[in-house]
Parts: sequence; C-alpha cells; structure tokens
Amino acid sequence: MNQTAEIVAPQQDQPLVQVSGLEVRFKSPDRTVHAVNGVDLTLKRGEILTILGESGSGKSVTLRTLMRLLPERRTQLKGQVSVDGRDVLAMPQRELRRFRGRTAAMIFQEPMLAFDPVFTIGQQIAETVCRHEGVSHKEGLARALELFELVRIPSARRRLANYPHELSGGMSQRAMIALALSCRPRLLLADEPTTALDATVQIQILLLLRELQRELDMSVIFVTHDMGVANEISDRIAVMYGGRIVETGKVGEIIAQPRHPYTLGLMNSRASGELKGQRLEAIPGSPPDLATLPSGCAFAPRCPYAIDTCHDSVPIAHTIEGQHWAACHRLEQTQP
Amino acid sequence: MGTYFFKRILYVIPITLAVSFFCFMLVHLSPGDPMDAVVSADAPREVVAMVQAAYGFDRPLPEQYGRWVVRAVQGDLGLSTANGRAVTTEVFGALVNTLRLALVASLIGFTLGCLFGTLAGYWQGSLLDRFVTGIAVGGVSIPHYWLGMMLVIVFSVELSWLPSSGAGPGSSSDWVWEWRYIRHLILPAITLSVIPMGVVTRTVRAMVAEILNHDFVEALRAKGLAEVRVFLHVVKNVAPTALAVMGLQLGYLLGGSILVETVFSWPGTGLLLNNAIFQRDLPILQGTILVLAIFFVLLNLMVDLAQARLDPRIQRN
Repeated sequence: MNQTAEIVAPQQDQPLVQVSGLEVRFKSPDRTVHAVNGVDLTLKRGEILTILGESGSGKSVTLRTLMRLLPERRTQLKGQVSVDGRDVLAMPQRELRRFRGRTAAMIFQEPMLAFDPVFTIGQQIAETVCRHEGVSHKEGLARALELFELVRIPSARRRLANYPHELSGGMSQRAMIALALSCRPRLLLADEPTTALDATVQIQILLLLRELQRELDMSVIFVTHDMGVANEISDRIAVMYGGRIVETGKVGEIIAQPRHPYTLGLMNSRASGELKGQRLEAIPGSPPDLATLPSGCAFAPRCPYAIDTCHDSVPIAHTIEGQHWAACHRLEQTQP
Repeated sequence: MGTYFFKRILYVIPITLAVSFFCFMLVHLSPGDPMDAVVSADAPREVVAMVQAAYGFDRPLPEQYGRWVVRAVQGDLGLSTANGRAVTTEVFGALVNTLRLALVASLIGFTLGCLFGTLAGYWQGSLLDRFVTGIAVGGVSIPHYWLGMMLVIVFSVELSWLPSSGAGPGSSSDWVWEWRYIRHLILPAITLSVIPMGVVTRTVRAMVAEILNHDFVEALRAKGLAEVRVFLHVVKNVAPTALAVMGLQLGYLLGGSILVETVFSWPGTGLLLNNAIFQRDLPILQGTILVLAIFFVLLNLMVDLAQARLDPRIQRN
C-alpha cells in the first residue's frame, strides 16, 4: 500500500499534464478520420492553457482524450497521455471512473444540454459528490449548496431544487462549473464554455473561472475558437490546425508576434473598431477534410507563403524564443 | 404541480361525455334494425311497436341518448335485446376475462419489448440490434389472428399440449390461477403480446439510441459515474415516452382483441362485441364500447399523470 503510494505520488515540479505524440483516428466502415495527428502538450500546475482553433481542428478531441471520453469502439488512440503522473490511456475502467470528475473535470459548450433534464441540479451535483467521496446524499446536497455560493448563484438553496430547463444559460453554466468543481479537481477542462452565452454573460463566466482557478490552484485547459476569449483568460495559447499544434507560446507572444501564417491569418481576420467600414480580411479556402489530409503541411493549400516543400513534408517545430515555437517551413517570411 | 394534476383530472369529464355521445350515435348510424333480433320478421305490427316502446326505441334519438346517459351514470346500461340480460352484468363479466388476458399479454409484451429495445438501442448497428429489429418488425407486421391460428395448429392440433379455445374447464367466472385454467390463457396471451412487444421494442430502441447521443450522457460519464448509474439516467429519460406507448398499447389490447378473442373463443369483451354486432344487439354494443372507451380515457389519464411525475418539463406546457 505504502509502496504504491510512493510510486504514484506526483512530484510538485512535474507538469500536471503531459501529452506526447498523440494521434486520434475515428474508424467507420467507409472512412477513417484523422482527427489528431501528433500533438505534444505540457501543462504546468496552476497554469491556464488555451487551445485555439476553428471547428474540425482537433481541439475538442484532444481535450476529450485527456479524460478518455471518446467512444472506445470507434476510436484509435496512439501516443502518451499522462495527467497527474498517471497514464490515462492505459488506465483500467475502474480507475478511469475514479479519475474522471475527481482528478480531472470538464465543463461543456452547451450547459443547458449538459445536465440531465429529468433530475434537479442539486441531485446531479450531489450524485457526483456521493460517487467520489462516499458521503450521503444529504451531505452531497450540502456541498452543492456551498458550491453554488462559491460560483455566486443567487438564492442558491432554491436554485438547487430547480430543473435544468428552469435556469438561464449563464446560470446553468455557473451550475456546470459548480458541478465540475464539486470534487476539487486538479485539472479543469473547458470545452468552449462561453460560446453559447451572451457577450455580457461570457465575460462574467470568464472572470469567475479565472478567479476560481487562482483560489483553488487548478490547472485549466480551455478550448475556444474566440481569440478575444483566449486573450482574456490564458497564460499560454496553443493554436491548432488540421489536428496538429502549429504554434504555441505565451499569450503576449502569440497576440503581439504571431509567426505561423495561420495564426497571422486569424489575427488579421479579427474585427475591431478602427476597421469600421472596411472589409474583414479572411483566410481563403476552407479547413482540410480530415479523412484525406494532404501529405505536407495541412495549411499549405490556403497559405500565401506556401512553396513546394510545404506540400511535400510536414514542418517540424522551430523555437522562436523561449517557449514560443511554430511549425512552419517559411518562418523567415513572417519575421516582423 | 397540484394545479396541473387537478386540471388534467377535470378534463376527463368533458372527454367522457363526448365519448359517450359518439358511441351512442355511431351505433345508430350502422345499418340494421335492432328489432330484428327481438321479434320475428312476421310478427304483427302492434307487437313490434310494443317491444319498441319497451326498449325505448320509439323515442327521438336525443331523448334516447339523454335517458341512456342518466341511467348509465347510475350504473344501468339497459337490457340486451338478444337475451334480455342486464348489459352491465354481461359487460363486466366479459371485461374481467379481457383484463386478465390483456394484462398477461402486456406483461409479456412490455417486458420483452423493454428488454429488446434497450439492448438494441445500446448496441445500435450491431448484429444483436439487427436481429432484435427483425423480431420487432415481424411482431408488428404479422396479422395476430393468423399467428393465433398457426399456434393452435402447432400446439393444440399437432402437439396437443395446450387447449385451443375457451377460458377454462368450468364457467369463466370460476377462474382461479391454477394450471387447468392458466393453460387456456397461454396461447391467446402469446398471440396478443406480439404487437405490443414489437411496438415497445421499436420505441424504446429509438429513444435509448437518441438519449445516448445527448450531450448530458457524455457529461455523466465525465463525472465518473459507473455505466449502471448512467443507464439509470437513460431509463428515466426514456420512461415518459415508453409509458405513453405502453398505455396506448394496453388500451388497444382491451378493446382491440376482437379477432384474437374470436379465434380462441375467449369470453371477453371482444367476443361479446363480435356476437353483439351479428345479433344487432345495440344496448350491448353501446354499453361495451362505452365501458372500454372510459377505460381508455382513464388509462390515458394515468399515463399523463405518471409522465408528469417523471419529466418535470411536461407540466410547463
């Protein structure tokens, strides 16, 4: 008993999440979708990382792999995923269920749909607490009440007895956060948690998440397609395209000095006040079909700087400065 | 919560009244004179008139309906024109037999239907799913009177394992749950269970597959719940729809087993209706249809109330 505890005991300076060479394929009889194609990722304790990308870039799939939430029958996983010193991909089912919700918890894009409609919010939070801490339903409800106060839901006691359809979008996202935090996870995974919300509610939820992350000393991986959201919340950004990370670095570096042509394109297509009356710049073309990925750089067909090499070989990561790197053959073209 | 239940219960009154009106009028629309069954064709006109007056058939229809409803409320549905017995006694005697048959058949049908449907829904697209779907389609498509006859040919005629007709050795009112009676119930119950089995299988399969695709199921797994616990959530979500379908099916079994009861000479409401139609026995027809219709209305009421208890969203509408 003692021995095992020693072996699994995570060291504090070791990163909380380490992903290397992750590949995810979805198999169906007629085609194979290459959703993630070699992702390396590390997340330090207490850090907030945003994975930025458009739909189909593999960001949500990467997030789900960290909890092994993808349907096992149709999914092929390769690579290493370790969270808090544990090998997620090798975990037996029993351990996996103890891990989910306790070590890592997730909040979802559509909070209204992420709750079971025929149970009250309180019941659903208490259920999780009972599951992981073996307490009674009543104690679970008491914890739910504390959590509701933590995420600042007004008249918390009454809200606990509500059904999901009786809450507004912002309120149910707060409830979802309360649910995710119910067993004090070390890692919070957020899958576009503000996308379905009004702009004013969005910023409240972001501020709340940032505050709770500091208070509870959690690590957070935040998935979004919204540059503004990424800028607001993260310490570090990883930009994904075609199932690969194409550029990563500290928020300031990515926002101020994007180097990958795709990141540049994203930056240029943002709307802001000064641009009033002008056409927004868009990235030409459309995202790649993940069933038939090009053999070279996935962005090459849309890239203004692409040369033959880009179509032939997948670029490796080039360090730009410190932790800032980009995977591109033509970095000299994007020098500021 | 309370007001929804109260309102829903109050709705039963106008529905029942409307139903009674239609049962009464529809029977009068059908061709044939009820007097044919009571008096012989060559009877003198005064005798016919006298009998007509005794049964009240000489009065205008609205008045007949009014008297019928008032007496029905007091538990009197008139007298059979075929044998002069009280309709109430006839109907309730038959109803007990039909209920016994319908409940056993639905127990078989619903149990198998829920089981098959859940399995097929969970393993959608698998071999098991295709096999179960095949059974369900067969169940819904095979005419049940034909299936009844086939069962009789195999199990009664060829193998002589089970009786082909009747509800027991003695009179049906002596029914006891003993083998000598139960053996009469087996073939008709199996025959009747096939359609609800098919319908429930298909509904439950579709619902389970749909619910499993909802975001909240992934969220439940992300909480670390065991698969059994996730299954309980799925069941509670499927239950309202499944219940509604089962309520309807039970209703059909109560009234719609005319053919099967006739094939097996089961002395229930189906056989009673069948005989009443051929004998132009209007009071029996009206009484039986009314009682069955009220059963249907009450069944729907119970399903609605149960649904509202299971799914909080229903009370909002």
